[in-house]
Amino acid sequence: MTKVTMTVNGMSVSAQTEGRTLLSAFLREGLALTGTHIGCDTSQCGACVVHVDGQAVKSCAVFAQDVAGATVTTIEGMANADGSLGVIQAAFQEHHGLQCGFCTPGMVMSTAALLAINPKPTVEEIRHGLDGNICRCTGYHNIVKAVLAASGQDATAMAAE
Amino acid sequence: MIDFEFVKPLTVADAVKALAAEGAQALSGGQTLTPTMKQRLATPSVLVSLNGIAAMRGVSVSGGTVTVGAATTHATVAREATAYPALAALAGGIGDMAVRNRGTMGGSLANNDPAACYPSAVLGSGATVVTNTRSIAADDFFQGMFTTALEEGEIITAVSFPVPLKAAYVKFNQPASRFALTGVFVAKFADGVRVAVTGASNNGVFRWSEAEAALSASFSAAAIAGLVVPSDDMIADMHGTAAYRANLVKVLTGRAVTAA
Amino acid sequence: MPKDHGIGASVKRREDIRFLTGTGNYTDDITIHGQAYAVFVRSNVAHGRIVSVGAEAAKGMPGVLAVFTGEDFKDVGGNPAGWLIKSRNGEAMREPKRPVLAHGKVRHVGDAYAAVIAQSYNEAKTAAQAISDASVIEELPAIVDMRQALADTSNRVHDELPDNECFDWGWIEDNRAKVDEAIKSAPHVTTLNLINNRLVPNAMEPRASIGEYFPGTGDYKLTTTSQNPHLTRLLVAAFVLGIPENKLTVVAPDVGGGFGSKIYHYGEEALVLAAAKKLKRAVKWTAERSESFLTDAHGRDHVTKIELACDLEGNFIAFRTETMANVGAYLSNFATVTPTFLHGTLMAGPYKVPNVYVNVKTVFTNTAPVDAYRGAGRPEATYSLERVVDKMCRELGLDPFEVRRKNFLTPDMFPYTTPVGLAYDTGNYHATLDKAIQLGDVAGFEARRAASAAKGKLRGLGLSTWIEACGIAPSNLVGILGARVGLYDAATVRVNATGNVSVMVGAHSHGQSHETVFAQIVGAMFGIPEGSIEIVHGDTSKIPFGMGSYGSRSLAVCGQAMANACDKVIAKGKKIAAHMLEANEGEILFSDGVFSVSGTNRSKTFGEIAFSAYVPHNYPLATLEPGLEETAFYDPANFTYPAGAYICEVEVDPDTGKVDIASFTCADDFGNVMNPMVVEGQVHGGVVQGIGQALLELGVYDENGQLLTGSYMDYAMPRADDVPFVTVDHSCSTPCTHNALGVKGCGEAGAIGSPPAVVNAVLDALNRAGKKIDHIDMPLTPSRVWSAMNA
Repeated sequence: MTKVTMTVNGMSVSAQTEGRTLLSAFLREGLALTGTHIGCDTSQCGACVVHVDGQAVKSCAVFAQDVAGATVTTIEGMANADGSLGVIQAAFQEHHGLQCGFCTPGMVMSTAALLAINPKPTVEEIRHGLDGNICRCTGYHNIVKAVLAASGQDATAMAAE
Repeated sequence: MIDFEFVKPLTVADAVKALAAEGAQALSGGQTLTPTMKQRLATPSVLVSLNGIAAMRGVSVSGGTVTVGAATTHATVAREATAYPALAALAGGIGDMAVRNRGTMGGSLANNDPAACYPSAVLGSGATVVTNTRSIAADDFFQGMFTTALEEGEIITAVSFPVPLKAAYVKFNQPASRFALTGVFVAKFADGVRVAVTGASNNGVFRWSEAEAALSASFSAAAIAGLVVPSDDMIADMHGTAAYRANLVKVLTGRAVTAA
Repeated sequence: MPKDHGIGASVKRREDIRFLTGTGNYTDDITIHGQAYAVFVRSNVAHGRIVSVGAEAAKGMPGVLAVFTGEDFKDVGGNPAGWLIKSRNGEAMREPKRPVLAHGKVRHVGDAYAAVIAQSYNEAKTAAQAISDASVIEELPAIVDMRQALADTSNRVHDELPDNECFDWGWIEDNRAKVDEAIKSAPHVTTLNLINNRLVPNAMEPRASIGEYFPGTGDYKLTTTSQNPHLTRLLVAAFVLGIPENKLTVVAPDVGGGFGSKIYHYGEEALVLAAAKKLKRAVKWTAERSESFLTDAHGRDHVTKIELACDLEGNFIAFRTETMANVGAYLSNFATVTPTFLHGTLMAGPYKVPNVYVNVKTVFTNTAPVDAYRGAGRPEATYSLERVVDKMCRELGLDPFEVRRKNFLTPDMFPYTTPVGLAYDTGNYHATLDKAIQLGDVAGFEARRAASAAKGKLRGLGLSTWIEACGIAPSNLVGILGARVGLYDAATVRVNATGNVSVMVGAHSHGQSHETVFAQIVGAMFGIPEGSIEIVHGDTSKIPFGMGSYGSRSLAVCGQAMANACDKVIAKGKKIAAHMLEANEGEILFSDGVFSVSGTNRSKTFGEIAFSAYVPHNYPLATLEPGLEETAFYDPANFTYPAGAYICEVEVDPDTGKVDIASFTCADDFGNVMNPMVVEGQVHGGVVQGIGQALLELGVYDENGQLLTGSYMDYAMPRADDVPFVTVDHSCSTPCTHNALGVKGCGEAGAIGSPPAVVNAVLDALNRAGKKIDHIDMPLTPSRVWSAMNA
């Protein structure tokens, strides 16, 4: 076992890991941050996306020891300091961008990463930017609207309603 | 997953040393290897991460050559390989955003998945694969599906791309995996045109020499209109028949020429 | 300002807060102190005789606590089918036992024949591999193709059965001769052979279960990914393990989507309970996605021949279908009703066709069980009908819009009994069609087609008009049809002493938004803030009973039960108010949260009544009990009949065969709508699942019974960039006539109506381009479309 320390959602945390401990397991089992979900075993569904040093990664395809010392942000770290929903989270609620909620953490984390690179994405850029996150409930319609809204654009007009 | 010892050397030399251990395997971005290990289809006893080796990261330009460190992520190539726009665009279309933030050029080339994008850029550019021991010409590097010229314990450290006059990569997605059902990289150099095809052939990435000849004579989609792509060696699976892939090779080549 | 509360308002969802902050509580998120881990040993072959199970191989391996094999469960019950279907000849269907763990034979890849419990997941996994390696399974020829399965009686999925047929069902058998005659003498008959492709449901949360046993009391608890916790408890208690129902609690906490696949009871649930008892510690199992692919009940998988008889103006005379429906290796709980009463009874569509006959043969194969998946039988019926109508229009040179219009039932014809036994209560199919035409700007299609052509793309327009029977189900009727249980639902409305309200409902939300929408209804009925109402679901220890959520039933059945319970609370409140206000009960009015005496200014608020109900000193106990809590069981009088019209436009790339959805328009009649935002979200999701079926998704087994599409590497899920925005409308409402809420259900509509609209659009594009192509089977992958164009 090797002790791994990271900064997760602003707090320095440590846990014992095996070589095989994935970042997703480090978060879910080591730190009880169960908002990061596991939806597949081929690293394709995107439910496990978190940020490592500001970049979106699939935490089920990264070993904890490979990101020792990193700064990690998970869905649990996305709310405002006062506990209220952050801009992206609030837009997802406002536009009904989630149903069962299982893919949602990854979807929010990917959205945050996308908007960090591209603050005013087009609809096409949003759809392309989220193509690594599978949602089975929403048909993506309201997710795309939520991302438009979170980027300060007129979601309803752009969704052509 | 079977447990293993995780090591993260800071230099190529230390990585080579670590890889000499029994059952050692190199880890780059891990976007393919990690799922494979979950299925226990790969069971290294030592996993040697190459992600700590600063010398293997980054994009540099020198004269007419773009050199990419093997541990450079797809996202970095997409962002920084501005001197070779077709390469940058290809990198920006691999996998998805999160995959591009971890996956690396060296990892992709060492794995040589027959549907990966990078092999077509390397072969289509006539790039040079640099390892800890030697330089390997692209034409010698790829040796069929999942097979390369790499020796046991040999590490790709960088890839050098001569920048063509014009180039483009056009990919047609396999709808599930988003790998290339077929992808074509076309590059026009002063001394001729190279066309490399990924995703289509049972033999992995290949050069379509008839198209190269025709395009070297006239660099236009019309120049290949009369060519026929034989479907004998094409992959046939639930996503596409052999004839379909042969068709895609020609269609995408034409589109790549137009886009270049 | 749009309304922000009450019935008809797009109230934002309260459940979103936890899902958006990572504080949801899904089964795999739960860790019980000391929990052990189960891993199943699954068959690598599709069909084989279990010669020996290498359980010994795991003994003494690190962390291993116990091994279970089929032998351990051979004397307990099997997991039964929920509906008994009779064959045309009157014989009961064949119902082989579905054991907790396979015994004697394995019957599909992924069929579990042993399970290991270990201290850690990795140790269990390693031990499971050792058992697999040490087991001897004599491989038998796999039975995969349905036609072959029926033809070859020597190789059988279940040795004890005479062949591989489960039943041969005719609906309605009395119609058969008349339909045959009508087709024989019709001026025109269009015949179409088609496949309704096998789908893998792929709820994003893989199945998971935690079994607990409390030795001090003998109680059991199962926490599981279920759409239907009471049914699971009933099946585990009464059929499989025989645990007394009062000793078993089943909890379905947050569940990450179901789409049908989590309605059913699965063997893994029984195993973790049995293991927990044996080990006296919690036992947890979480499916890997690859296990979900192999073992979740799949959907669809019909092979159908449909004939449409009509006159030369396109007036329908008869429909006749012959279908082979795959049920896989074992009968899942709803496997027998899905291809029959959820399919054959819809084969009249929204049309006034006088003659309909449906024949369905269900077939056992060495593949995963097939059961209800979003829409369940109704997408298969709609697809067959809407495709054959389209083909007929092309053959006779008729306009598909006009043909539908002239065959639609008209509003004056309701209630209307179809030739396949349903009594539609209400609808207006012309209205939804007109609305779809308007919203989809059909008038502008030619201009868009020309614009596409200028880009080298082939544009096509496809129409589908659909109807479904949902609000499942009127218990008396389904009992006559073979259902082994009634399908009513129940709710308890508990007004707490301080005036807030706990509502315990039998429906289960795994994305459907019950916590928000049900509170809107209760809030409106009681005249109290929605924030003071809690909707409790998914826990058998708290809820009176329920039949879960599927079949677009939550609101139409459970919601009505809840409304009825609210009515009872109001009636009780009036009694209390009469006592407190010294008036006659008949004089008490209730409105906007206030009980008042008619014609006076004397009143009590809802809160005052609630408080009084729990702290009374002077109730006339002979006539007035303390407390303010009511339960209602509601059994619908009929199915509900949502309907609608969908228009899809596609662009086809002629060089690659790739289909892009250019636009998709839905005009639906769901009756009254409680929360438009939620309803529209349901339609968006359903439509994209239908687009997935039409263009992307296919569960494929090879001839050896190996699942070729066993991961997201090969099973193409719709992604954000595969689909467009979906235009939705639900303004053409004809409220349901037999529930007081006037609701019909909206959960499955999108998945039912969309596949034929997409396929019709692609074929329209190809035929307009001069390609005479009658049909392409789903999914219309680029390769299939290109191959059809270049045949």
